[in-house]
Amino acid sequence: MEIKKTSKQYDVIIVGSGAGGGMATKVLSEAGLKVAVVESGPYYDPANPEQMTQLKWAWQSPRRGAGTTRPFGDFDQAYGGWDIEGEPYTQKDDTNFRWFRSRMLGGRTNHWGRISLRFGPNDFKKKSIDGLGEDWPITYDDLKPYYDKVDKLIGVFGTKENLYNEPDGFFLPPPKPRLHELYYIKAAKKADIKVIPSRLSVITKRINNDRGVCFYCNGCARSCNVYADFSSGSCLIFPAQNAGGQIDLYVNSMVRTVETNSEGKATGVSYINKDDGNEYKLNGKVVVLAASACSSARILLNSKSKQHPNGLGNSSDLVGKYLHDSTGGDMMAFLPQLTNRKIYNEDGVGGMHVYSPWWLDNKKLDFPRGYHIEVWGGMGAPTYGTGFNVNHFNKFFGLKAGGYGDVLRSDMKKYYGSTIGFSGRGESVAMKSNYCEIDPNKVDKYGVPVLRFNYKWTDYEIKQAKHMQDTFEEIIHNMGGQPLWNKPGIESNYGLTKPGEIIHEVGTTRMGKNPKESVVDQFERMHDVDNVFVVDAGPFVSQADKNPTWTIMALAWRASDHIVSEFKKQNF
Amino acid sequence: MKRRDSIKTITLGAIGASYLLNGCYGVTQEKIKRSLTRYQYGRTPQEKLYDDKLFNQEFFTDEELTTLNKLCNLILPPNDYGSIEEAEVVQLIEFMAKDIPSYQKPLRDGIDWINEQSELNFNQKFIDISENSQKQIIDKIAYYDPNLDMNDLPDEVQWFNLLRNLTLTGYFTSEVGIKELGYKGNSPNVWDGVPQEVLDDHGLSYDEEWLSKFVDQSKRLDTAKWDEDGNLIS
Repeated sequence: MEIKKTSKQYDVIIVGSGAGGGMATKVLSEAGLKVAVVESGPYYDPANPEQMTQLKWAWQSPRRGAGTTRPFGDFDQAYGGWDIEGEPYTQKDDTNFRWFRSRMLGGRTNHWGRISLRFGPNDFKKKSIDGLGEDWPITYDDLKPYYDKVDKLIGVFGTKENLYNEPDGFFLPPPKPRLHELYYIKAAKKADIKVIPSRLSVITKRINNDRGVCFYCNGCARSCNVYADFSSGSCLIFPAQNAGGQIDLYVNSMVRTVETNSEGKATGVSYINKDDGNEYKLNGKVVVLAASACSSARILLNSKSKQHPNGLGNSSDLVGKYLHDSTGGDMMAFLPQLTNRKIYNEDGVGGMHVYSPWWLDNKKLDFPRGYHIEVWGGMGAPTYGTGFNVNHFNKFFGLKAGGYGDVLRSDMKKYYGSTIGFSGRGESVAMKSNYCEIDPNKVDKYGVPVLRFNYKWTDYEIKQAKHMQDTFEEIIHNMGGQPLWNKPGIESNYGLTKPGEIIHEVGTTRMGKNPKESVVDQFERMHDVDNVFVVDAGPFVSQADKNPTWTIMALAWRASDHIVSEFKKQNF
Repeated sequence: MKRRDSIKTITLGAIGASYLLNGCYGVTQEKIKRSLTRYQYGRTPQEKLYDDKLFNQEFFTDEELTTLNKLCNLILPPNDYGSIEEAEVVQLIEFMAKDIPSYQKPLRDGIDWINEQSELNFNQKFIDISENSQKQIIDKIAYYDPNLDMNDLPDEVQWFNLLRNLTLTGYFTSEVGIKELGYKGNSPNVWDGVPQEVLDDHGLSYDEEWLSKFVDQSKRLDTAKWDEDGNLIS
C-alpha cells in the first residue's frame, strides 16, 4: 500500500488520548510544543447531546439499557469492548485473556470507576519486601510532587487518614455513605477490616470555573456533561486546546508503526485513516506512545526495522512481557433488613462512597500481595434486568417463588434495593511468563498483525482470591446477610476473574535502570530509542492493590516535564 | 417441545376468534416499527445501523404477539399506575428476541406449548379461552422451588420464568413502572446522606469522628483551597 506523507512537522506525536496521552497533551502543549494527538476512535465530548447518555432513562433505549451492544450496558461510555469487529486478538494454549479496548477520544477514561489511588511507598519496592518481581527505579518521593499536582489539577475526594501505604493527598471532601455502606462499615469493623471514605476523581466541591460540580446522578460511567468527573477529553485535552495549545487531533486514525530512520531514531508514525482506508505518515521529533499497555506493545513489536529487528526498543526482548492485570473476586448478599425500604434518592456519585484499603500484613498470610474491597448496592436506576427473578429471595423465607399477578408488584417493591455486593481488587505478581506477542498467523481488518496472549495465574493470585471469598463470607455473616450464590471453590480458582477482566493491564514496557532488564527508563523513555516515550500503564513494574489511573497520570506528567527539559536543552 | 405441527392440525377449526382478538390488544409488527425514530440515546453511527437492522426484522407473528400480550397482562395486570401496553412490554420482548437470538426458540416453543395445553383441555387456542381457564393452565407452571436450579426444571416452567422476567423488567424499566416503583434518582440533586428517619429505623448513625470530614454542601460552590499539608481551607 502507498503511504501518503505529510509535510507537517510536529515536535511531539502522541499516540492515544486516554489518561496518559491526555496528560502528555496538556503538559507538552502548554510548554509551547507543537503536538499531534492520534486517536484510533472518533471525537467524543461528554457534553455533546448527540453522544450523551447521562440522565437517559432505560425506556429511551429499545433494549432498556441491556448490555448487548455495549458490554456494560447501553449508557456506558466506552466505544468498543472485549470484542471489536475486525480487530481480533488470539490466545496461546489454554490462555483466556480478556482485552477491553475503548476507541474514542479520551479512551477508557470516559467510563472508568474514577477510583483514584496513589501508590504507596511500599508499592514501589515489592521485591525488597517479599522477594518477588522487581523494584521500581523510582520511589514514592520521586512521584509524590506529581501526585500532588494531579490531585489539584483534576480533583479527587477523600480524607486524610495517615496510613503509611495509602498516602493522603489534596482532597476534596467526600460524600456521606449510603445506607448499605453504613451496614458494611459496621460489619467490616467487627471483622477488624479498615473502612475509609472512597477516593474518587469526582468534583464534590468546585475546583475551577471550567468544570461543574457533581449533581449526584450516579452516572460517572456515562461521562459527565458538566465535566464533574475526570475524563481525559474534558479535563485535559479540551482545556489544553482552550488555552491556545498547538494541538492537531487526528481521530479515527489507527497507528500501525513507529517509523525510524537509518540511525534507528524515530521519525514519526504511520497510521491508517479509518474513514478512507489509506495509510498516512506523520513526522515528529518525539513519539509518545499512550495507546494502552497492550496496544503500545503491539505497535512497538510491529515496528521492525534493520536497526530494530526484534521490534522497536526491544533489544531486551521484554516488550509485551510482565503483562499483569489486577485480580478480582466478587460476592453478593441479600440483606433482610433492607426489604420494603423507604425509597429516597440515594444515587450519590458514580461509585462507592467508602472502601477498604488493604488492611493485613502479607508476612502472616500464605500469599504475597494485598487487595482492596469495593462495596456496591442500593436503590439504583432500573435498567434491563431489574425485576428478573423478582421474588427468588423468597427462598430465604422458606417460600415458593414465581407466580403471577399483583403479588409480583409487592414482591418487586419488597426486594428492591435489598442487596449488597463486594469486589476484591488485588495485586498480582508480575511474571515474565505472562505476556502478549505478535501472532504470526493473523492480521486485523487493516492488515496489521494482532496480539496473542499467554497468561496463567499463579498460586499467589489463587490463594489471594480464596482469602477474598473468606473475607466476604465473614462480612456477610456479620451483617446478617445471605450470600446469593455458593462460595466458589478450588474448581473455579475461588472465583478469581480471568486475566484482563479488571481492565488494569500493565507492565508490558516496564521501567528500570538496566536496559537488559527493562524497556524504558525512570522517565518512561525507551532505553534503545531516545526519542520514544511510553506514558500509558506499560512502564508499571508492579501493579499494587490500587487502580492504575492516578499513577499513569503522575508518571506521564513527570515524563512530559522531562521531554520539555530535553527540548529546552535542544536534545531532540 | 416440537409440537408446532400437531398444533397446526388441531387448531384449524378455531382460527377466527384469535384474529378478531388481535385488534383488541393492538400490538402488531406495524406498531412496533413506528417507534424507530424516537430512541435518542447517544448512539454511534454503527450502533444506529444495528438498531435499525433489528427494527426492520420481524420475529413474532401478530398472533404470537397477541398471545404474549395476554400472558404479560396475566403476569402483571393493569393498575392505576399503568399497563403492559403503556410500558410497551411486548415491543421490548419482540426487540430482545432479535437482540438476544437465544431467546427466540424458548419463547416461541413456550407459546406453542401453552396453545397445545389449551387445545387439549379446552379445545381452543390460549387467547380464545376464558381468563379462568388461562389461569388454570398457568397455575401449573408459574411456581417453582427457588432452592432448585432453574435449568433442572421443566421447559415450560423455565419458559414462564423467562416471560415473567421480561414482563417485570419491561414494566419496571418503563416510565410508568419506574414511577410505580418510586425510584427517585437519575436527576440533578444534592446528596447529603441517608435521611434521619431512615437511619433511626435501622438503628444506624454517622460516626461522630467522620462527620466533619464529609462535604459541607452549603460550601460546595466555593472554590477548593488547601494549605501546604493538604488541609482544605475553603
